[in-house]
Amino acid sequence: MSQKPETHRKRGRRSPVAIVLLVGIGLITTGAAYAMATTATASAEVDLMSPQVIDEGQKLFAANCATCHGQQAQGTDNGPSLIGVGAAAVDFQVGTGRMPMQGNGPQAPAKPVQFTDEQVKALAAYVASLGPGPSIPSQSDLTGGDAANGGELFRINCAMCHNVAGAGGALTEGKYAPELKNTSAVHAYEAMLIGPQNMPVFNDLNLTPSEKKDIVAYLEYLKENPSPGGLELGSLGPVSEGLFIWIIGLGAIIGLTIWITAKSN
Amino acid sequence: MTVTATPPSSGVTGKISNYLDERTSISGAVKEFGRKIFPDHWSFLLGEVALYSFVIILLSGSFLTFFFQASMASVQYDGSYVPLKGVEMSVAMSSTLDISFDLRGGLLLRQIHHWAALLFISAIGLHMLRVFFTGAFRKPRELNWSIGFVLFVLAMAEGFTGYSLPDDLLSGNGLRIIDGMIVGLPVVGTWISFLLFGGEFPGSDIIGRLYTLHILLLPLVVLAFIVLHLMFVIIHKHTQYPGPGRTEQNVVGYPVLPVYAAKAGGFFFLVFGVVVLIAATVTINPIWAYGPYDPSPVSAGTQPDWYIGFADGALRLMPPHLETYWFGYTWSWNIIIPVLLLLVFLAVVFAYPFFEAWVTGDKREHHVLDRPRNAPVRTAIGAAGVTFYAVLWAGAASDIIATHFKVTMEGVINTLQIMLILGPIFAFMIAKRVCLALQKKDREIVLHGFETGRIVRLPGGEFTEVHQQLDDYDRWQLVSFNDNAPIMVRPNARGKITGATRRRAAWSRFFFEDRIAPVTQTEYKQELEHSHH
Ligand code: HEC
Ligand code: HEC
Ligand code: HEM
Repeated sequence: MSQKPETHRKRGRRSPVAIVLLVGIGLITTGAAYAMATTATASAEVDLMSPQVIDEGQKLFAANCATCHGQQAQGTDNGPSLIGVGAAAVDFQVGTGRMPMQGNGPQAPAKPVQFTDEQVKALAAYVASLGPGPSIPSQSDLTGGDAANGGELFRINCAMCHNVAGAGGALTEGKYAPELKNTSAVHAYEAMLIGPQNMPVFNDLNLTPSEKKDIVAYLEYLKENPSPGGLELGSLGPVSEGLFIWIIGLGAIIGLTIWITAKSN
Repeated sequence: MTVTATPPSSGVTGKISNYLDERTSISGAVKEFGRKIFPDHWSFLLGEVALYSFVIILLSGSFLTFFFQASMASVQYDGSYVPLKGVEMSVAMSSTLDISFDLRGGLLLRQIHHWAALLFISAIGLHMLRVFFTGAFRKPRELNWSIGFVLFVLAMAEGFTGYSLPDDLLSGNGLRIIDGMIVGLPVVGTWISFLLFGGEFPGSDIIGRLYTLHILLLPLVVLAFIVLHLMFVIIHKHTQYPGPGRTEQNVVGYPVLPVYAAKAGGFFFLVFGVVVLIAATVTINPIWAYGPYDPSPVSAGTQPDWYIGFADGALRLMPPHLETYWFGYTWSWNIIIPVLLLLVFLAVVFAYPFFEAWVTGDKREHHVLDRPRNAPVRTAIGAAGVTFYAVLWAGAASDIIATHFKVTMEGVINTLQIMLILGPIFAFMIAKRVCLALQKKDREIVLHGFETGRIVRLPGGEFTEVHQQLDDYDRWQLVSFNDNAPIMVRPNARGKITGATRRRAAWSRFFFEDRIAPVTQTEYKQELEHSHH
C-alpha cells in the first residue's frame, strides 16, 4: 500500500491546475529535503518543538491542507480551523489516513496513509505551534494498563457505538463508529483525547489518563489474542453465526443428505 | 455394505441377540422397522437432521449441567481469562467462563451445544418448508403439522432460554428487550414483568427460573412432542413424491433393512461430525468478549440468535412515536402492533393446512406429494410468507447491513418497511407466474415431446427439429397431479346461500381460477394422432 499514495491523491484532486502544480512542486521539494533529513535521523523520534520540523510541517501543510483549512490553518468554508486542536488531532487524522479528506461522504473515512511518519509528525508540530492543544501521547502513556478495568470502562463508555467486541456499529445518517481491530494504541488514545468527528471527547475528567491507558491495554489485548473459540466471523455475533449455520452448516448437511439418498448402483 | 445372515445362535453377536429376543421379543419391532421404506429424496432427511441435532443438544447439554451454576449471586471472577480478572459478575457468568477456559473440553462442548441448537432450529425451519411446499400437511397429516408447529415454537423458546443463561451483556440486552415488550403491554404488562423477574428487572431470580425451563420443562415437552410426531410418521407412513407406480395406497422404495440401516445410522454420525467440526473451528457466543450483564451498557450491533431475529426485526421496523394515553394507561402501539403481527403470523402458519382443507373441500387422504408447481397458489403463499419472514429477519440486522454496505441506517429501515408490505405481494405474483409457466412447459413436453436438438431437412427443403416423446415413466410424473376446480356457489339443503359458502367459493376462485389442468388421456391420444397425420 505504501506505493499507492501518488495515484490516490491525483484521483481525489478536483482543484484547479495551479494547485495541482503547487502540490507537485511541494512534494518534490519536501521529498528531496526529506531524503536528506531521514538519513540523518534514523528513528521516528521527531522533536516537535524544533523550529526546523515546524517549518517542514508548514510547507507540507501549505501544499496539502491549506485549500480546506486555510493558509494559516484559520479555517475556510471547506474545513474547520485547526488552531488549538493540538498535535494529537493531526497525528490521529493524518496518521489514520482520514486527512487530507477526499470527497464528501457523511464522514471522512480512514484510508491508506499518505505521508511518512516523519511528515505526519512535522504536520503535527506545525499545528501544535499555532496554539496549545492535546499532545501526542508518549510511550509511557500507553503501556502497563489494566486490561480488565479497561474492558469494563470500554463496555460502559464505548460499546454503545463501537460494539462490545470492537466490531464497529452504525450511527444515524450513514455515519458509523469504525471497528477497532486495526487501530494502533497511539491512535486509540488520541481518539479519546480529541473525539474525532461524531465521537465525543473523553477529557481527563471523564476518563483519567490511567483509565485511558487501561482501555488501550484492553484494545491491545483483543488485537493480540484471537478468539479462543476459533474463527471470529467478523465478531458480528449472532448475525454472522446465523448466516454461517444456514449457508455453511446446513449447506454441508444438505450435501450429505443428497449423497446419502443417491441411488447406489 | 453387504450383510451376511448369521444363523441365530452362532457367534457372540448371535447369542446376545438371541438372549435379548427371548426376553423382549424385540425382533418383531426390528422387523417392522426394517420393512419401513428408506426415504429416497434428500428433503425427507431434514426431519432426521432436526432429530439428530436434538440428540446432540441433549448430550452436550447434559455435560454442561454438571458445571454450570444458575445463580445470580455476585462474585469476583478469578479464572484464567485476563481481561475479566477481578471483575464483578454473577455466578452464572463466572461458571460459564470457567467452563470455557478452565475445564478441559468445556469450550468445545459449549460451542457444540450452541451450534447444534442453531442447526436444530434451521433444520426444523427447512423441514417445515419442505412439508409446506410439497403439501405433506394434507389429510391425514394436519395433526402432525400442528405437533410440528408446537415443536417449532418450543424450539425457539428452548433456544432463547438457553441463550440467556450465561448472564452476559449480549443476552442480558436480549432479556431487557423481552422485558420491554412485556412491560409495553397495557394494564397487565408491568405485573407480568414483576412476576417473571421476581420484582424489578433484572432482579435475582430470572436465571434460575430460565434454567428450570431450559433443562427440565421445555426439553421434556419437546421430547414428548417429538415422540408423538414420530409416532404419527410411523402410523401414517411416509409420503412420497409422484412417480411411476406410486399411488395413495402404497409406499414404493427400498426397505431400511438390511442395506440402508447402515446409511441411516451413519447419517447421525455425519451430522454429529459436521457439528463438531464447526464447533471446533468457529467461535460462537464469545461471552468473554461481551462481558458480564450490567443494565447500563448497551452494545452496538446487539442481536438475538437468528431464530428470534424476526421478532427483533418486527420491533425495529415499527415506526416510532405511536403511543396513546387511554383510561389512565399508556398504550405503546409501537410494541403492541409488532407483538400482534408476530402472533398473527404464527397463527397463520399453524392454521394453514386447516384453511386449505376448508377451501378445497378435499376430504381425501393424500400420501403422494404435490410438486410445488402443481399447487401454484399454495406455493405463492409460501413464497410470500418466506419473504415476509426474511424481511423481518433482515430488519434485525439493519445496523449491520448499514455499516457493511455503506448505506444509511434510515435508508435500510425505510426500504425494509416498504419491502415488508410490497415484498410478499411481489413474491406471491412472481411465484405464481413461475409455477404456471412451468406447468405450461410440462404440458408442452407431454403433448409434443422434448426438443432433441437434432435438425433434419425434409424432402421439401424445410428444416425442422425432431421432437421426441417422453417415455412412460417420465410422462407419469408430469401428468399425475390433483386438479382442483374452483367450487361453485350452490344453495344448501334449505335452498339458502350462506355467507360462509360465498366466502369459500371466493377463496376457491382465488386458489384455482387460472389453474392449468394436467394433460388427460384423450388429449394425449388426440395429439399423438394429430402429429402422425
Ligand atoms: C478536502 C478538504 C480537506 C483537506 C484537503 C484537509 N482537510 Fe482536514 N478537515 C476537513 C474537514 C471538512 C474537517 C472536519 C471534519 C469533521 O469534523 O467532520 C477536517 C478536520 C480536520 C482535523 C480535525 C479538527 C478537529 O477539530 O479535531 C484535523 C486535525 C485536520 N482536518 C487536519 C488536516 C490536515 C493536517 C490536512 C492536510 C494533510 C487536512 N486536514 C486536509 C477538510 C479537509
Ligand atoms: C457516540 C459514539 C461513540 C462513542 C461513545 C465512542 N466513539 Fe470512538 N468513534 C466514533 C466515531 C463516529 C468514530 C469515527 C470518527 C472518524 O472517522 O473520524 C470513532 C473513532 C474511533 C477510533 C478510531 C478508529 C480508527 O478508525 O482507527 C477509536 C480508536 C475510537 N473511536 C475509540 C473509542 C473509545 C476507546 C471510546 C470509549 C472511550 C469511544 N471510541 C467512544 C464514535 C464513538
Ligand atoms: C423438533 C423438531 C422436529 C423434529 C425432530 C421432526 C422430525 C421429523 C421426522 C424425523 C420426520 C420424518 C422424516 C421427514 O419427513 O423429514 C418428520 C415428518 C413430518 N414433520 Fe417433523 N420434525 C420436527 C418439526 C416439525 C415442524 C416444525 C413441522 C411443521 C409445522 C413438522 C411437520 C411434519 C410433518 C407434516 C411430517 C410428515 C411429512 C411426511 O410424511 O411427508 N415437523 N418430522
